[in-house]
Amino acid sequence: MCETCGCGDPNKVSVEVHDRILSVNDQTAAHNREHFVEGGVFAVNLMGSPGSGKTAVLEATARALAGRGRIGAIAGDLETERDADRLRAVGVPAAAITTGSACHLDAEMVHKSLHHFPWRELDYLFVENVGNLVCPAIYDLGQAVNVVALSVTEGEDKPLKYPVMFRKADLVLLTKVDLLPHLDFRVEAVLDALARVMPQRDVLKVSARTGEGVAGWIAWLEGRRAAPPKG
Amino acid sequence: MHEYSLVRAMVDRVEQEARARNATAISRLVVRIGAMSGVEPELFASAFTLCREGILAEAELDVRRSQVVWACPRCATAIPAGGVLRCVACDAPAKMVTGDEILLEQIEMEVP
Repeated sequence: MCETCGCGDPNKVSVEVHDRILSVNDQTAAHNREHFVEGGVFAVNLMGSPGSGKTAVLEATARALAGRGRIGAIAGDLETERDADRLRAVGVPAAAITTGSACHLDAEMVHKSLHHFPWRELDYLFVENVGNLVCPAIYDLGQAVNVVALSVTEGEDKPLKYPVMFRKADLVLLTKVDLLPHLDFRVEAVLDALARVMPQRDVLKVSARTGEGVAGWIAWLEGRRAAPPKG
Repeated sequence: MHEYSLVRAMVDRVEQEARARNATAISRLVVRIGAMSGVEPELFASAFTLCREGILAEAELDVRRSQVVWACPRCATAIPAGGVLRCVACDAPAKMVTGDEILLEQIEMEVP
């Protein structure tokens, strides 16, 4: 009996679902997360605009972690394996996920890519998401943390324009800070914008080019890795 | 545009419910989309029209929206959206109460 619209049609039933539309993705993400936790692998979902410096951050991370932690990466791009190639060139085992036209990675894509990847041998697995500040934010991949790269060549108000992404971030890496002397970018303005979208604002300034701030970023990663997993 | 893949996920779920109850048609779906969910209700609705076939051919889509509400997790004081997301009294980070939902709430179907 239809109770909602009052049409009285006995052949209509109304089923209350109240389920997340992405529940299937959430289940796969939970499955990935179990694997990562049990394998002692700290998984980082690295997001940011195209050109925000995600791959450069990973190259710098690989150099800084050499001899301290084993890192690997899964790089998502619409086309080409260029990011994965760049990472392999600095000795990081890397798999590419070419998404075709999909604007984000989902938990299933990550899960499939793990089957052909020696992820169990790693201490850190970076999932470099598709360059996009919108779509990747809503897909849980099974990561321990979300890190968003925001370069100083982007606008100070980007966090206010893309609040969903920044709200989901555990850390914002403000990248390319070696360029600050040449720009009108005000760091305090971006910090203020972040405080309005990110309840637990955590920001680190880095330059992959000069190495500035990289030690702090590594310390952040090591600290989070040592902390017990959330949830 | 991730709305299309969201609609696909929803359609799979709806078809599964319909099969479980031997439904002959789906007449209406109710979804709830929060203002800070990352989903555009208009795009979601237009993606739905592209997927409206088979058992869903006649289905109506009712998109309900929810506003963003932040509050202090300790003292429950509301914290205005757009401001700094901390409770001044408790010095605690704000928690989102509503506004990030991407939910399938209700399926109305015709059964024999």
